[in-house]
Amino acid sequence: MRGVLKGFALTAGFGGALGICISLAIAQAPPSERKSGFEFMSPESQATQQDDFSNPGMLWVAEGEALWNAKAGATGRSCAECHGDAAVSMKGVAARYPVFFAGSGRPIDLQSRINVCRKTNQDTTPFPLESRELLALSAFIGRQSRGMPITTGEDKRLDPFRARGQELYEQRQGQLNFSCANCHDNNWGRRLASSVIPQSHPTGYPLYRLEWQGLGSLQRRLRNCMIGVRAEPYPYGSQEYVELELFLMTRAMGMPLETPAVRP
Amino acid sequence: MARALINVPAKAKRGDIIEIKALISHPMETGYRTGTDGALVPRDIINRFICTYNGEEIFSADLFPAIAANPFFSFTTTATESGRIAFRWIDDRGQAYLETAEIAVE
Ligand code: HEC
Ligand code: HEC
Repeated sequence: MRGVLKGFALTAGFGGALGICISLAIAQAPPSERKSGFEFMSPESQATQQDDFSNPGMLWVAEGEALWNAKAGATGRSCAECHGDAAVSMKGVAARYPVFFAGSGRPIDLQSRINVCRKTNQDTTPFPLESRELLALSAFIGRQSRGMPITTGEDKRLDPFRARGQELYEQRQGQLNFSCANCHDNNWGRRLASSVIPQSHPTGYPLYRLEWQGLGSLQRRLRNCMIGVRAEPYPYGSQEYVELELFLMTRAMGMPLETPAVRP
Repeated sequence: MARALINVPAKAKRGDIIEIKALISHPMETGYRTGTDGALVPRDIINRFICTYNGEEIFSADLFPAIAANPFFSFTTTATESGRIAFRWIDDRGQAYLETAEIAVE
């Protein structure tokens, strides 16, 4: 893609940046140049992520562990009763999500997969998306894959959904008329006001964002980006997010999972 | 929510300088934000944090609304004797919390 966009006023959602010039000349980073959002952070934020005693995401991991071992629902069974030690049974699981889910004939993300077990195996109400409990369990399960390479997308049945995710990624949208690729492929490493534009690898979710003062899912992050270009974000749980996640995870294949990461 | 993650070395040599870390789960609501109904969300922050080593105060802090959610404390002390390191904190709702850790000093 070539050309130069001039004088966009990005006032909503992106730190009040005014009159940013974004040039669209650089193509998507080749695998050797892939960088996690971690690499664009200050040394202080990197240190916060790397020390489990200062990484606030670990508070959710600890809560997730307690939920893992707690009896719940009409069946009165804990996750641990069926799945045993998460360090064994959940190792590598988060690194290959979203997966194809035969029950729906579609890809499913980790949060929704946890809720399937809540419903069918514990016989109780699913946790609301973005609730503390669901984030905590996702962070705890994600933590079991920390450092492992992302392997999402090997299942051929996922191909059409990933292709749809890529279309969404490349489609211009919002009043500012930007695609995800315009920022994350063509302008990564440059600044949008005080923020460095990362390559949008979903390596650390759910993660602790300093701006949120809390843990959030990839869907929350994507909503932030959509609101930033003044597009109407999809509702939580919509298929578009799962397709985007599938595309992003496949694009990040081989990169190590960082959950729970820290981001500005 | 896990209410805190405390890190104290389990063992130390007498005279060693040891690092102590405490990460506390708390919203640290500033009292300056408005909720979706337009009304101010009442202030609720941890306003005092105290650490004692076998009963003797080794670190304390007064906190104010500019401190982010889930505050992190890190400080050092000299390992003098085996015993208990206790962490206490109090928030605006008057709720007091206590966490402890044991240290063996040789
Ligand atoms: C106008 C530029 C822009 C557009 C368009 C945009 N983003 Fe972003 N995105 C950013 C910036 C800037 C950040 C980092 C924010 C920060 O660090 O505070 C970010 C962060 C992210 C992250 C977090 C990466 C990490 O390390 O955790 C992901 C994932 C992401 N964007 C995906 C997307 C997707 C998918 C779209 C399209 C729906 C999109 N973005 C559209 C600017 C953009
Ligand atoms: C009654 C037993 C039972 C309980 C209780 C249970 N699960 Fe499951 N879970 C299963 C079974 C069976 C599967 C499917 C395994 C398969 O498809 O290979 C599964 C699959 C999963 C998967 C997908 C694993 C993968 O490899 O893709 C996750 C994640 C999961 N459970 C999380 C949880 C969590 C979190 C809880 C507690 C909230 C829980 N489960 C409670 C039986 C249970």
